[in-house]
Amino acid sequence: MSAATASTTTSDATERTRALLTTADSGRRRTDRAMQVLIWCAFALAMVPLVWLLWTVTTEGIGRMSIDFLTLSTRNIFGGDPGGGIYHAIMGTLIITGIAAAISVPVGILTAIYLVEYGKGWLARSVTFFVDVMTGIPSIVAGLFAFSLFALFLGPSAQMGMMGAVALSVLMIPVVVRSCEEMLKLVPNELREASYALGVPKWLTIVKVVLRTSVAGLTTGVLLSVARVIGETAPLLVTVGVTDSINFNPFDGRMMTLPVFSYRQYHQGYAPCPAGESASCVADIAFQNAWGAALVLIGIVLLLNLVGRLVNRWFSPKLR
Amino acid sequence: MSITDSPPRAGTRTARRRRSSDRGFNRGFRWIAVGAGVLILVVLAAVALFLLWQAWPALTAGGDELAAEVPRFPADTSFLGYVGPLVFGTLLAAVLALCLAVPVAIGIALFISHYSPRRLSQVLGYLVDLLAAIPSVVYGLWGFLVLAPVLTPFWLWLNENLSWIPLYGGQASTTGRAMATVGVVLAVMILPIITAVSREVFLQTPKLHEEAALALGATRWEVVRTAVLPFGRSGVISAAMLGLGRALGETMAVLMIISPGFSYSLDILAAGQHQTIAAYIAADFPESTGLGINTLIAAGLVLFVITLAVNMTARWIVARRKEFSGAN
Amino acid sequence: MAQRIEVKDLNIYYGDFLAVQDVAMTIEPKSVTALIGPSGCGKSTYLRTLNRMHEVIPGARVEGKVELEGVDLYGSDVDPVAVRRNVGMVFQRPNPFPTMSIRDNVLAGVKLNNKRISKPDADDLVESSLRGANLWNEVKDRLERPGSGLSGGQQQRLCIARAIAVKPQVLLMDEPCSALDPISTLAIEDLIGELKSEYTIVIVTHNMQQAARVSDRTAFFNIAGTGKPGKLIEMDDTSTIFSSPAEKSTEDYVSGRFG
Repeated sequence: MSAATASTTTSDATERTRALLTTADSGRRRTDRAMQVLIWCAFALAMVPLVWLLWTVTTEGIGRMSIDFLTLSTRNIFGGDPGGGIYHAIMGTLIITGIAAAISVPVGILTAIYLVEYGKGWLARSVTFFVDVMTGIPSIVAGLFAFSLFALFLGPSAQMGMMGAVALSVLMIPVVVRSCEEMLKLVPNELREASYALGVPKWLTIVKVVLRTSVAGLTTGVLLSVARVIGETAPLLVTVGVTDSINFNPFDGRMMTLPVFSYRQYHQGYAPCPAGESASCVADIAFQNAWGAALVLIGIVLLLNLVGRLVNRWFSPKLR
Repeated sequence: MSITDSPPRAGTRTARRRRSSDRGFNRGFRWIAVGAGVLILVVLAAVALFLLWQAWPALTAGGDELAAEVPRFPADTSFLGYVGPLVFGTLLAAVLALCLAVPVAIGIALFISHYSPRRLSQVLGYLVDLLAAIPSVVYGLWGFLVLAPVLTPFWLWLNENLSWIPLYGGQASTTGRAMATVGVVLAVMILPIITAVSREVFLQTPKLHEEAALALGATRWEVVRTAVLPFGRSGVISAAMLGLGRALGETMAVLMIISPGFSYSLDILAAGQHQTIAAYIAADFPESTGLGINTLIAAGLVLFVITLAVNMTARWIVARRKEFSGAN
Repeated sequence: MAQRIEVKDLNIYYGDFLAVQDVAMTIEPKSVTALIGPSGCGKSTYLRTLNRMHEVIPGARVEGKVELEGVDLYGSDVDPVAVRRNVGMVFQRPNPFPTMSIRDNVLAGVKLNNKRISKPDADDLVESSLRGANLWNEVKDRLERPGSGLSGGQQQRLCIARAIAVKPQVLLMDEPCSALDPISTLAIEDLIGELKSEYTIVIVTHNMQQAARVSDRTAFFNIAGTGKPGKLIEMDDTSTIFSSPAEKSTEDYVSGRFG
């Protein structure tokens, strides 16, 4: 009798516990679910423009791709003439971005070295702070700065590739500093100490050990920062201007660049074509050109991003 | 530095000579590095000074003089009256973009930090960062040729049915070349930076606090609400301000999409009402000369000051946060 | 209402790594059970399986059964959130929510569970929980101040108040005094003695004197070597473990010869 009561109370307790442990508050669970769905949606929402944009650029731009498009300039091309190409713009972009990188990379890496290896006190703190602030300078302001700087030497209304390179450097340096700083910080202190213990002076330790260890990371940082500025339009519009001809000299006159070319073509809008005639006059040729240049530009940017990530993944030494 | 100051070994002249040259190199290398750091400060100061120098003629000239020499300068006003609507347009565009971007960015950041499978999170981060890699001129092309026509029916619907809300009033644009479209494009453009900063902060949430919430029987969302979001609040604020800074200075997307105007109107669906400083400069610079250029640079200086203030505030919040979380 | 825990054939994994092997134990209600053993023997890991906190770590999983009054916590129809609500936990380092006031910290769990609670009810609950944690007299005048402003020992008692405010059946404590000074430790130990009349308490501790002072039964865990799984060596009344344990390694450990 008493045994039976005992067993019923036990099963009672079991049932009560089971009830406690299995009845989830449905309202709370629903909120949890709903928020999960919402957060997944937020991510999906961000992917929509990315995919849509890449898709549009590819489909709209691919039709314009040809050897001629990549090797000719738009000199003497008017109206709806479907001839000409973006060779001058590609070269301009490569030259100007190359000079900007040549200015920014040494300054950026040296500043990163200063911050990581030497930086102490108020100077390091203010450099860190202002590098961060500098990443937020609007690109057009950088262009105006380069314009004002050169106006000091050459008078107003000068436009040339070098000015664009200076403007891009102002935008690029902080990005290089930031990413290289992160990479240098990843070098474990033990390596530095091991080098000091062998009697290697500090500067050689930095050059031979720290930089050597982080070279893959630095390459990534540099490539990504090049990718960041290569698509800049506004500062080049102000400092380098536009031209239809090929110009390899960054110190003499205007140059064309890919993003500015794309904007310029967009700006021209539809060409007035007489009805019926279509082979030599395409009404929306300017937009086609704009998309074509955009496709090449995005191709370069994505390539730089991809190579940058892969360099870091494949060549960085395993520190952990 | 003290590592090289070991007691010199007696008698080895070559070693001593090497050491002294080492010391020279050491010092030289150090000064080069310091010099690079100082150069950055100099450049930033130079940006401010050169802009001020070039803007000065416009800032000191009277309204009449400006109106006479600068095209599109309205009569009977000062420089402030002229730059005012531009500042308003700039702020409106940036705030609009921010309102659209921040909730989505917080969602994405939470997705990457707390919801997505661990192994995928890095790749997903790259994908979001790709949005920042796309050149602004491409955003402009896409926004004008593709997005605006798609959004137009939606804007018209808002205008028709919800015009009692101040933002949706006025005569809606039938081409979509209005502030609302610009806001959407800018929001997409600033998503990556807001996401990246928020993600970092969310990942720093102390495990202790997350476990405390879990042990009280919190669901995943409740953990986020009680532990992650309160901890990350100041970080999200500064992330939003960094995004604001980006949106304020964005040129091409605005220039290529908006149909410009110079008013203080709140009707974001209407065309020909607004213009931002950056887009205005880019549009007028090629055709300007003399005092006109000075005026544009003065407008640029105003933009520079605004973004500088926003960015410095954001960075200041981040820096203060660092000290705070370090002390914990 | 305290509840009995019965653990059967429990294996605990981190990914493929077997961290704790083959544990079987019965934890009596309304008593304090201490888990002792050298560092890395898996006692904290084991403790976290008792309220399904273990599985929060990616890749972590368990095999076997943990039964609360005969209900398997790892059964398919059991909600881990409900488990954690019924099996409260206090952590090694006090972890009040830094952005909440003392009052809100105590109410944190309750507010999650049922969204609305009337103000008088909330006040009563705050007071009873803080009294239950022997903290009421120290903080009653500053309930709206942040919890992070308290001393370490007070913070830990605040965390205990927060845990018991949800009215759990079982209270797990993972080295609750290891970050505290001796005086605060004493206060927590007194509190554990009082709480045991209402809850089933399991405490992990490094401090053998503490185990001897507060617990009724003691379980000794050990590990054969690095990379090997931890195992339950023996479990008995605390007095037996500390005076005449059955196993040699237990005796070595409690007499301070290793660990």
